[in-house]
Amino acid sequence: MERNSQLHRQVALMRQSLFDQGYLDEQFVQLEELQDDANPNFVEEVVTLYYRDSARLIASIEQALDKSPLDFNKLDSYMHQFKGSSSSIGGRKVKAECAQFREYCRAGNGEG
Amino acid sequence: MDVGSAGSSSHDDPVLPLLPCRSSRGRRRRTLVRKFLLSDLSHFSPFPQMSSAAESQFHVLAVDDSLIDRKLIERLLKISSYQVTTVDSGSKALEFLGSRVNDDRSSSDSLPSVSPSDHQGVEVNLIITDYCMPGMTGYDLLKKIKESSSLRDIPVVIMSSENVPSRITRCLEEGAEEFILKPVRLADVNKLRPHMMRTKKLKGQEQEQELQEESVTHCEVRSQPPRQHELEIEQSQQDQSQQIQQHQQQKSGNNNKRKALDVEEGLSPDRTRSRYNGVATF
Repeated sequence: MERNSQLHRQVALMRQSLFDQGYLDEQFVQLEELQDDANPNFVEEVVTLYYRDSARLIASIEQALDKSPLDFNKLDSYMHQFKGSSSSIGGRKVKAECAQFREYCRAGNGEG
Repeated sequence: MDVGSAGSSSHDDPVLPLLPCRSSRGRRRRTLVRKFLLSDLSHFSPFPQMSSAAESQFHVLAVDDSLIDRKLIERLLKISSYQVTTVDSGSKALEFLGSRVNDDRSSSDSLPSVSPSDHQGVEVNLIITDYCMPGMTGYDLLKKIKESSSLRDIPVVIMSSENVPSRITRCLEEGAEEFILKPVRLADVNKLRPHMMRTKKLKGQEQEQELQEESVTHCEVRSQPPRQHELEIEQSQQDQSQQIQQHQQQKSGNNNKRKALDVEEGLSPDRTRSRYNGVATF
Protein backbone atom coordinates (compact mmCIF):
# COMPACT_ATOMS: atom_id res chain seq x y z
CA MET A 1 0.00 0.00 0.00
CA GLU A 2 1.22 3.46 -0.77
CA ARG A 3 0.86 4.65 2.81
CA ASN A 4 2.78 1.71 4.18
CA SER A 5 5.71 2.14 1.85
CA GLN A 6 5.81 5.84 2.69
CA LEU A 7 6.04 5.05 6.36
CA HIS A 8 8.69 2.47 5.63
CA ARG A 9 10.67 5.02 3.74
CA GLN A 10 10.40 7.49 6.58
CA VAL A 11 11.60 4.94 9.09
CA ALA A 12 14.49 4.06 6.82
CA LEU A 13 15.48 7.71 6.56
CA MET A 14 15.29 8.21 10.29
CA ARG A 15 17.36 5.13 10.83
CA GLN A 16 19.97 6.29 8.38
CA SER A 17 20.20 9.71 10.00
CA LEU A 18 20.91 8.12 13.35
CA PHE A 19 23.93 6.52 11.75
CA ASP A 20 24.93 9.67 9.92
CA GLN A 21 24.77 11.74 13.05
CA GLY A 22 26.89 9.29 14.90
CA TYR A 23 24.27 8.10 17.33
CA LEU A 24 24.56 4.53 16.15
CA ASP A 25 27.42 2.45 14.86
CA GLU A 26 27.95 -0.99 13.21
CA GLN A 27 27.15 -2.87 16.36
CA PHE A 28 23.55 -1.80 15.88
CA VAL A 29 23.62 -3.36 12.43
CA GLN A 30 24.92 -6.53 14.03
CA LEU A 31 21.87 -6.52 16.31
CA GLU A 32 19.59 -6.08 13.34
CA GLU A 33 21.26 -9.00 11.64
CA LEU A 34 20.53 -11.19 14.63
CA GLN A 35 16.84 -10.60 14.17
CA ASP A 36 14.95 -12.97 11.94
CA ASP A 37 11.51 -14.45 11.45
CA ALA A 38 11.94 -16.73 14.43
CA ASN A 39 12.99 -13.79 16.60
CA PRO A 40 11.34 -10.77 15.05
CA ASN A 41 11.59 -8.53 18.11
CA PHE A 42 15.13 -9.03 19.13
CA VAL A 43 16.29 -5.48 18.57
CA GLU A 44 13.24 -4.07 20.31
CA GLU A 45 13.79 -6.36 23.30
CA VAL A 46 17.44 -5.48 23.66
CA VAL A 47 16.87 -1.77 23.29
CA THR A 48 14.04 -1.90 25.82
CA LEU A 49 16.31 -3.66 28.26
CA TYR A 50 18.95 -1.06 27.54
CA TYR A 51 16.62 1.84 28.29
CA ARG A 52 15.50 0.28 31.51
CA ASP A 53 19.03 -0.49 32.55
CA SER A 54 20.29 2.96 31.59
CA ALA A 55 17.50 4.72 33.43
CA ARG A 56 18.49 2.87 36.55
CA LEU A 57 22.15 3.65 36.05
CA ILE A 58 21.49 7.32 35.37
CA ALA A 59 19.45 7.57 38.54
CA SER A 60 22.32 6.04 40.52
CA ILE A 61 24.78 8.38 38.86
CA GLU A 62 22.67 11.43 39.65
CA GLN A 63 22.43 10.33 43.24
CA ALA A 64 26.18 9.86 43.41
CA LEU A 65 26.72 13.29 41.85
CA ASP A 66 24.69 14.87 44.62
CA LYS A 67 27.03 13.59 47.24
CA SER A 68 29.99 15.52 48.38
CA PRO A 69 32.79 14.78 48.19
CA LEU A 70 32.32 12.95 44.91
CA ASP A 71 33.06 9.25 44.95
CA PHE A 72 34.93 9.00 41.67
CA ASN A 73 35.47 5.28 41.93
CA LYS A 74 31.78 4.62 42.22
CA LEU A 75 31.01 7.01 39.39
CA ASP A 76 33.66 5.39 37.27
CA SER A 77 32.18 1.99 37.93
CA TYR A 78 28.68 3.14 36.94
CA MET A 79 30.11 4.68 33.81
CA HIS A 80 31.96 1.50 32.97
CA GLN A 81 28.67 -0.38 33.06
CA PHE A 82 26.87 2.28 31.06
CA LYS A 83 29.61 2.42 28.49
CA GLY A 84 29.61 -1.36 28.21
CA SER A 85 25.93 -1.69 27.54
CA SER A 86 25.89 1.29 25.16
CA SER A 87 28.71 -0.23 23.19
CA SER A 88 26.95 -3.58 23.04
CA ILE A 89 23.92 -2.07 21.36
CA GLY A 90 25.83 0.29 19.12
CA GLY A 91 25.11 3.48 20.98
CA ARG A 92 28.16 5.30 19.72
CA LYS A 93 27.49 8.77 21.00
CA VAL A 94 26.51 7.66 24.47
CA LYS A 95 29.59 5.48 24.59
CA ALA A 96 31.77 8.45 23.70
CA GLU A 97 30.14 10.56 26.38
CA CYS A 98 30.74 7.85 28.92
CA ALA A 99 34.38 7.64 27.94
CA GLN A 100 34.71 11.39 28.42
CA PHE A 101 33.00 11.19 31.78
CA ARG A 102 35.38 8.49 32.88
CA GLU A 103 38.34 10.60 31.91
CA TYR A 104 37.03 13.28 34.21
CA CYS A 105 36.55 10.74 36.95
CA ARG A 106 40.10 9.54 36.60
CA ALA A 107 41.37 13.08 36.72
CA GLY A 108 39.23 13.74 39.76
CA ASN A 109 37.58 16.52 37.80
CA GLY A 110 34.26 17.17 39.44
CA GLU A 111 33.47 20.22 37.35
CA GLY A 112 33.75 18.42 34.02
CA MET B 1 29.88 -37.34 17.37
CA ASP B 2 29.80 -35.10 14.32
CA VAL B 3 27.93 -36.30 11.31
CA GLY B 4 30.82 -35.43 9.10
CA SER B 5 33.64 -36.61 11.32
CA ALA B 6 36.63 -38.04 9.60
CA GLY B 7 37.38 -41.28 11.37
CA SER B 8 37.97 -44.80 10.17
CA SER B 9 34.88 -46.67 9.19
CA SER B 10 35.21 -49.21 11.96
CA HIS B 11 34.58 -46.52 14.56
CA ASP B 12 31.49 -45.43 12.80
CA ASP B 13 28.84 -44.63 15.34
CA PRO B 14 28.98 -46.73 18.46
CA VAL B 15 26.71 -44.58 20.57
CA LEU B 16 23.47 -45.88 19.04
CA PRO B 17 23.25 -49.35 20.51
CA LEU B 18 19.80 -49.89 19.05
CA LEU B 19 21.38 -50.43 15.65
CA PRO B 20 24.45 -52.58 16.08
CA CYS B 21 24.86 -53.47 12.41
CA ARG B 22 27.66 -51.72 10.62
CA SER B 23 26.42 -52.11 7.08
CA SER B 24 25.95 -49.07 4.88
CA ARG B 25 22.21 -49.50 5.17
CA GLY B 26 22.62 -49.45 8.92
CA ARG B 27 24.74 -46.35 8.62
CA ARG B 28 22.08 -44.57 6.62
CA ARG B 29 19.47 -45.58 9.10
CA ARG B 30 21.60 -44.36 11.97
CA THR B 31 22.10 -41.02 10.23
CA LEU B 32 18.34 -40.64 9.95
CA VAL B 33 17.84 -41.57 13.58
CA ARG B 34 20.55 -39.16 14.61
CA LYS B 35 18.95 -36.33 12.63
CA PHE B 36 15.63 -37.10 14.25
CA LEU B 37 17.19 -37.01 17.69
CA LEU B 38 18.97 -33.75 17.04
CA SER B 39 15.94 -31.97 15.68
CA ASP B 40 13.43 -32.43 18.47
CA LEU B 41 14.69 -34.56 21.25
CA SER B 42 17.92 -32.93 22.23
CA HIS B 43 16.78 -32.85 25.82
CA PHE B 44 15.41 -36.35 25.89
CA SER B 45 17.82 -39.17 26.59
CA PRO B 46 16.09 -42.46 27.34
CA PHE B 47 19.31 -44.45 27.59
CA PRO B 48 22.49 -43.28 29.26
CA GLN B 49 24.55 -44.17 26.21
CA MET B 50 22.19 -42.21 24.01
CA SER B 51 22.75 -38.94 25.82
CA SER B 52 25.77 -37.89 23.85
CA ALA B 53 24.06 -38.57 20.53
CA ALA B 54 21.00 -36.62 21.60
CA GLU B 55 23.14 -33.84 23.03
CA SER B 56 25.64 -33.57 20.26
CA GLN B 57 24.64 -29.98 19.94
CA PHE B 58 27.27 -27.92 21.72
CA HIS B 59 26.35 -26.45 25.05
CA VAL B 60 27.84 -23.12 26.07
CA LEU B 61 27.76 -21.57 29.50
CA ALA B 62 27.82 -17.76 29.29
CA VAL B 63 28.75 -15.70 32.33
CA ASP B 64 28.18 -11.94 32.43
CA ASP B 65 26.87 -9.53 35.02
CA SER B 66 25.31 -7.26 32.40
CA LEU B 67 21.81 -8.22 31.35
CA ILE B 68 22.20 -6.63 27.94
CA ASP B 69 25.42 -8.49 27.25
CA ARG B 70 23.85 -11.72 28.42
CA LYS B 71 20.98 -11.24 26.04
CA LEU B 72 23.31 -10.43 23.20
CA ILE B 73 25.64 -13.37 23.75
CA GLU B 74 22.68 -15.69 24.19
CA ARG B 75 21.27 -14.62 20.84
CA LEU B 76 24.63 -14.85 19.12
CA LEU B 77 25.14 -18.36 20.43
CA LYS B 78 21.62 -19.53 19.67
CA ILE B 79 21.80 -18.26 16.13
CA SER B 80 24.96 -20.32 15.76
CA SER B 81 22.95 -23.36 16.86
CA TYR B 82 24.44 -23.79 20.28
CA GLN B 83 22.56 -24.64 23.40
CA VAL B 84 23.01 -21.79 25.87
CA THR B 85 22.84 -21.33 29.60
CA THR B 86 23.45 -17.87 30.98
CA VAL B 87 24.37 -16.95 34.53
CA ASP B 88 25.15 -13.57 36.01
CA SER B 89 28.12 -14.39 38.20
CA GLY B 90 31.17 -16.58 38.56
CA SER B 91 29.82 -18.24 41.66
CA LYS B 92 26.59 -19.17 39.89
CA ALA B 93 28.66 -20.54 37.05
CA LEU B 94 30.60 -22.77 39.41
CA GLU B 95 27.37 -23.87 41.00
CA PHE B 96 26.01 -24.86 37.63
CA LEU B 97 29.20 -26.64 36.72
CA GLY B 98 29.30 -28.21 40.15
CA SER B 99 26.04 -29.99 39.51
CA ARG B 100 27.86 -31.52 36.58
CA VAL B 101 30.85 -32.48 38.72
CA ASN B 102 28.65 -34.37 41.16
CA ASP B 103 27.26 -36.43 38.34
CA ASP B 104 30.81 -37.23 37.29
CA ARG B 105 31.69 -38.43 40.74
CA SER B 106 28.65 -40.55 41.25
CA SER B 107 28.71 -42.18 37.85
CA SER B 108 32.39 -42.98 38.03
CA ASP B 109 31.65 -45.21 40.97
CA SER B 110 28.97 -47.07 39.13
CA LEU B 111 29.21 -49.87 36.62
CA PRO B 112 32.03 -49.58 34.11
CA SER B 113 29.58 -49.47 31.23
CA VAL B 114 28.68 -45.90 32.18
CA SER B 115 31.75 -43.78 31.58
CA PRO B 116 32.39 -40.67 33.68
CA SER B 117 31.85 -38.41 30.68
CA ASP B 118 28.55 -40.05 29.90
CA HIS B 119 26.55 -38.73 32.82
CA GLN B 120 22.88 -37.92 33.13
CA GLY B 121 23.50 -34.27 33.84
CA VAL B 122 24.33 -31.43 31.58
CA GLU B 123 27.54 -31.34 29.63
CA VAL B 124 29.21 -28.00 28.96
CA ASN B 125 31.45 -27.70 25.92
CA LEU B 126 32.60 -24.14 26.35
CA ILE B 127 32.52 -21.42 28.95
CA ILE B 128 32.48 -17.82 27.82
CA THR B 129 32.83 -15.23 30.53
CA ASP B 130 33.09 -11.49 31.00
CA TYR B 131 36.26 -10.30 32.64
CA CYS B 132 34.96 -7.39 34.75
CA MET B 133 32.42 -8.73 37.17
CA PRO B 134 31.80 -7.83 40.78
CA GLY B 135 32.93 -10.44 43.27
CA MET B 136 34.56 -13.15 41.22
CA THR B 137 36.12 -11.77 38.05
CA GLY B 138 36.34 -13.75 34.85
CA TYR B 139 39.99 -14.33 35.59
CA ASP B 140 39.20 -15.76 39.03
CA LEU B 141 36.62 -18.02 37.45
CA LEU B 142 39.12 -19.14 34.82
CA LYS B 143 41.62 -20.02 37.52
CA LYS B 144 39.07 -21.98 39.51
CA ILE B 145 38.07 -23.93 36.44
CA LYS B 146 41.64 -24.79 35.51
CA GLU B 147 42.30 -25.88 39.08
CA SER B 148 39.43 -28.35 39.01
CA SER B 149 40.34 -31.75 37.63
CA SER B 150 36.86 -32.34 36.28
CA LEU B 151 36.39 -28.92 34.74
CA ARG B 152 39.74 -28.00 33.35
CA ASP B 153 39.25 -29.73 30.04
CA ILE B 154 36.40 -27.36 29.23
CA PRO B 155 37.65 -24.54 26.98
CA VAL B 156 37.23 -21.07 28.48
CA VAL B 157 36.93 -17.82 26.56
CA ILE B 158 37.21 -14.39 28.14
CA MET B 159 35.40 -11.25 26.96
CA SER B 160 36.28 -7.72 27.91
CA SER B 161 35.40 -4.21 26.84
CA GLU B 162 38.91 -3.06 27.68
CA ASN B 163 41.89 -3.74 25.51
CA VAL B 164 44.60 -4.23 28.13
CA PRO B 165 47.47 -6.32 26.72
CA SER B 166 48.74 -7.45 30.11
CA ARG B 167 45.25 -8.63 30.98
CA ILE B 168 44.98 -10.54 27.73
CA THR B 169 48.35 -12.22 28.23
CA ARG B 170 47.54 -13.15 31.77
CA CYS B 171 44.30 -14.81 30.74
CA LEU B 172 45.85 -16.70 27.88
CA GLU B 173 48.66 -17.87 30.13
CA GLU B 174 46.16 -19.11 32.65
CA GLY B 175 44.66 -21.31 29.96
CA ALA B 176 41.98 -19.27 28.25
CA GLU B 177 41.49 -20.28 24.64
CA GLU B 178 40.61 -16.85 23.32
CA PHE B 179 40.21 -13.30 24.46
CA ILE B 180 37.36 -11.48 22.76
CA LEU B 181 36.94 -7.73 22.80
CA LYS B 182 33.47 -6.39 23.35
CA PRO B 183 31.11 -5.62 21.76
CA VAL B 184 30.84 -9.23 20.72
CA ARG B 185 29.93 -10.01 17.13
CA LEU B 186 28.94 -13.05 15.17
CA ALA B 187 32.43 -13.33 13.73
CA ASP B 188 33.80 -13.72 17.27
CA VAL B 189 31.34 -16.48 18.03
CA ASN B 190 32.33 -18.29 14.85
CA LYS B 191 35.86 -18.50 16.18
CA LEU B 192 34.67 -20.62 19.06
CA ARG B 193 33.64 -23.64 17.08
CA PRO B 194 37.08 -25.26 16.66
CA HIS B 195 37.64 -25.20 20.41
CA MET B 196 34.39 -26.97 21.06
CA MET B 197 34.92 -29.47 18.28
CA ARG B 198 38.18 -30.50 19.81
CA THR B 199 36.70 -31.30 23.17
CA LYS B 200 33.65 -32.93 21.65
CA LYS B 201 35.76 -35.20 19.49
CA LEU B 202 37.81 -36.08 22.49
CA LYS B 203 34.72 -37.08 24.45
CA GLY B 204 33.48 -38.90 21.38
CA GLN B 205 36.70 -40.84 21.19
CA GLU B 206 36.37 -41.87 24.80
CA GLN B 207 32.86 -43.07 24.06
CA GLU B 208 34.17 -45.15 21.20
CA GLN B 209 36.78 -46.68 23.41
CA GLU B 210 34.25 -47.49 26.08
CA LEU B 211 31.86 -49.25 23.79
CA GLN B 212 34.24 -51.31 21.72
CA GLU B 213 34.75 -54.50 23.71
CA GLU B 214 37.51 -55.83 21.51
CA SER B 215 39.56 -52.66 21.83
CA VAL B 216 42.67 -52.81 23.96
CA THR B 217 42.28 -49.30 25.32
CA HIS B 218 38.74 -50.15 26.35
CA CYS B 219 39.95 -52.97 28.57
CA GLU B 220 42.55 -50.64 29.90
CA VAL B 221 39.95 -48.07 30.94
CA ARG B 222 37.81 -50.69 32.65
CA SER B 223 40.60 -52.16 34.64
CA GLN B 224 41.93 -48.84 35.81
CA PRO B 225 40.45 -46.92 38.72
CA PRO B 226 38.54 -43.73 37.83
CA ARG B 227 41.61 -41.58 38.45
CA GLN B 228 43.15 -42.95 35.27
CA HIS B 229 40.43 -41.18 33.36
CA GLU B 230 42.53 -38.03 33.35
CA LEU B 231 45.58 -39.76 32.04
CA GLU B 232 43.34 -41.16 29.34
CA ILE B 233 42.23 -37.67 28.43
CA GLU B 234 45.79 -36.52 27.95
CA GLN B 235 46.71 -39.55 25.89
CA SER B 236 43.58 -39.32 23.79
CA GLN B 237 44.07 -35.64 23.31
CA GLN B 238 47.62 -36.27 22.20
CA ASP B 239 46.54 -38.94 19.75
CA GLN B 240 43.60 -36.80 18.80
CA SER B 241 45.82 -33.83 17.98
CA GLN B 242 47.98 -36.00 15.83
CA GLN B 243 44.98 -37.38 14.02
CA ILE B 244 43.89 -33.86 13.28
CA GLN B 245 47.34 -33.04 11.99
CA GLN B 246 47.53 -36.06 9.81
CA HIS B 247 44.02 -36.37 8.51
CA GLN B 248 42.43 -32.99 8.57
CA GLN B 249 45.34 -30.56 8.48
CA GLN B 250 43.58 -28.14 10.76
CA LYS B 251 45.30 -25.76 13.06
CA SER B 252 43.28 -26.73 16.10
CA GLY B 253 44.88 -28.22 19.16
CA ASN B 254 48.39 -27.29 18.27
CA ASN B 255 48.50 -23.57 18.81
CA ASN B 256 50.80 -22.08 21.36
CA LYS B 257 48.18 -22.20 24.11
CA ARG B 258 48.51 -25.92 24.61
CA LYS B 259 52.11 -25.85 25.68
CA ALA B 260 52.03 -28.93 27.91
CA LEU B 261 50.59 -31.12 25.20
CA ASP B 262 53.05 -29.87 22.59
CA VAL B 263 55.82 -31.24 24.72
CA GLU B 264 54.09 -34.59 25.07
CA GLU B 265 53.50 -34.82 21.37
CA GLY B 266 57.23 -35.22 20.96
CA LEU B 267 56.70 -38.77 22.16
CA SER B 268 55.96 -41.31 19.48
CA PRO B 269 52.33 -42.40 19.52
CA ASP B 270 53.34 -45.92 18.68
CA ARG B 271 55.33 -46.21 21.84
CA THR B 272 52.34 -45.15 23.91
CA ARG B 273 50.00 -47.50 22.13
CA SER B 274 52.29 -50.42 22.43
CA ARG B 275 52.52 -49.81 26.14
CA TYR B 276 48.79 -50.34 26.42
CA ASN B 277 49.01 -53.31 24.15
CA GLY B 278 51.69 -54.86 26.27
CA VAL B 279 49.73 -54.56 29.48
CA ALA B 280 46.49 -55.90 28.13
CA THR B 281 47.86 -58.98 26.45
CA PHE B 282 47.28 -62.06 28.47
